[in-house]
Amino acid sequence: MSAKLDTYRNAAAVRNRLLTYVSLALLAIFLYIADAFGTEYEIRILINCAIFIALAVSYNLINGVTGQFSLAPNAFAAVGAYTSALLTMSPLEKQLSFIIEPVIWPLSVIHTPFLVSLIIAGLVTAFMGFLMGFPVFRVRGDYLAIVTLGFGEVVRVIANNTQSITNGPLGLKGIANHTDIAWSWGFAVFTVFFVVRLVRSSYGLALKAIRYDESAAEAVGIDAFWHKMFAFILSAFFGGIGGGLLAHLITTISPNLFTFFLTFNLLIIIVLGGLGSTTGAVIAAVAVTIGSELLRFFEEPMNIGGIHIPGIPGMRMVIFSFLLVILMIYARRGLMGTDEFSWQRAIDFLRRYKKGNPE
Amino acid sequence: MIDTASLIQQLINGLSLGCLYGLIAIGYTMVYGILRLINFAHGDVMMVGCYFAFYGILMFSLPWWASFPTAIVLTAMLGVLIDRGAYRPVRNAPRISALITAIGVSFLLENLGLVIFGGRPKAFYRPEIFSGIHIFGEVRILDLHIWTGILAVVIFFAIYQIIYRTRMGRAMRCIAHDMETTRLMGVDLNRIIAYTFAIGSAAAAAGGIMWAMRYPQINPLMGILPGLKAFVAAVLGGIGNVSGAMLGGLLLGLIEILLVAARPDLAGYRDALAFGILILILLFRPTGLLGERLPE
Repeated sequence: MSAKLDTYRNAAAVRNRLLTYVSLALLAIFLYIADAFGTEYEIRILINCAIFIALAVSYNLINGVTGQFSLAPNAFAAVGAYTSALLTMSPLEKQLSFIIEPVIWPLSVIHTPFLVSLIIAGLVTAFMGFLMGFPVFRVRGDYLAIVTLGFGEVVRVIANNTQSITNGPLGLKGIANHTDIAWSWGFAVFTVFFVVRLVRSSYGLALKAIRYDESAAEAVGIDAFWHKMFAFILSAFFGGIGGGLLAHLITTISPNLFTFFLTFNLLIIIVLGGLGSTTGAVIAAVAVTIGSELLRFFEEPMNIGGIHIPGIPGMRMVIFSFLLVILMIYARRGLMGTDEFSWQRAIDFLRRYKKGNPE
Repeated sequence: MIDTASLIQQLINGLSLGCLYGLIAIGYTMVYGILRLINFAHGDVMMVGCYFAFYGILMFSLPWWASFPTAIVLTAMLGVLIDRGAYRPVRNAPRISALITAIGVSFLLENLGLVIFGGRPKAFYRPEIFSGIHIFGEVRILDLHIWTGILAVVIFFAIYQIIYRTRMGRAMRCIAHDMETTRLMGVDLNRIIAYTFAIGSAAAAAGGIMWAMRYPQINPLMGILPGLKAFVAAVLGGIGNVSGAMLGGLLLGLIEILLVAARPDLAGYRDALAFGILILILLFRPTGLLGERLPE
């Protein structure tokens, strides 16, 4: 009996794996076609989707899965963006950019390929997350939120003032445009797989246990501090690389690019998707990125039946902030709650649907 | 080194800035004490208060002594409205949901401000009475600084009296202590909480208007930084404690101004200072200077 069950389980596992590979292949084909035939604008939106998937999924790891309400992803993205940009810019470009004060020594000569720069950016950001973790995880709940928010602000202030490292308020210009469909989606898929595997592992269970009840988790022998730290460092690592990709997409970065505004966008995404659900974060990242393009409609002047309505710039953010409040009042679970997509569920759902009694 | 005259000058500047932080911090500390909610939107409520005062003068041609109090009353009503519309529905939800709601309200106010008032900073009218300068030797004191001090003292004592001498104040202290039991004693929680928001928002509006006259311009994002710093002031003084909020505000104002005076080369880091202080307090004295309650 047990052998039969095992065979059944193995067959299901093989089937699930096949389905995953097939859908990845379909995604790759879709992206390839989009890359070849899409307009520049459409490709740009697709790249944005991928970066926001990666940022949202890694942000959700600490906020949703572990339940530690960090507001620091803008700090991570900023550090990652600056680190990678300073590494990919050639010494000559840096010399030309830093007009007020010359760039300090090691940075003035270092010049690394894109991949190396991204990985270093991730590691530097992860190290910063490690250092931040000590004061941050001394507190909980809303204090944690405000301390991490403070770090975001501190990073911005430092970026504005360390003229010889970040070029101050002038920012960095002329960063090579390396981020394309392959880089961004490659990173997004890698992040999603990594986080999904992590959440399913024993570490993931421990992180979830901390979310539900930290004292109980400690009582069964989970070292809450180091587990939270672990999730925070990983979140910082992926956030840093995401910031690096963003920098090489926009090609111009300045301290004001990484304000609380970026955190707010990511917060909307993970709340809409359902705090704690990786699936939700992916769906919502795509929905919010595309939705925010569609909502541009509201900001442009339009003519309806001869009546001219002037565009209202800024209306999109009003809608998004309103959406966040409405979600919290009426749909706290978001799209997915803490549920995850699995092939088994999808198949079960389809079967029920075929029988004509969908639940 | 700083000479005596400029030290006195900086102390006056610092105290007057500190009074403003204190006035804003009172609202944070009252709401946090009662609801355990960081009212993220508090700084933005202050911003809206400034615009009320601004439009009162510009559009309704009110004299300043009518426009400013009207703006304060309207802001108090806005505070109550926000509580009714956004915070009351999530009162029994997990605390993080309430925090996310507060962040949403904060962004809503900022972006509505950008849409309705426009992003360009507007010059704020400074009435004659606040514009005078007294010169004592090398020390220059603005009338505005004196009035800021008087206003802060008056508002602080008024709120202190409300909290410790009235029935409503007793109810507020009871809710802060144990909300469920207070409800069982027949206190109308929602009414008391609404009054708390009204008082906090009114104090913030008063502080905001003084703030607007100090720098004399306003813009829809002006509330963010004073809001965050006032929160730090509230934590510094011991959150939940009104005297602590005022003390924390004064200290923060003094530290900020004195740092810039002593090390002008570090002036750029001024806005990061508050968060440095916040981290230090949370590490070494999480209850703040006058607080007794531990953060969660």
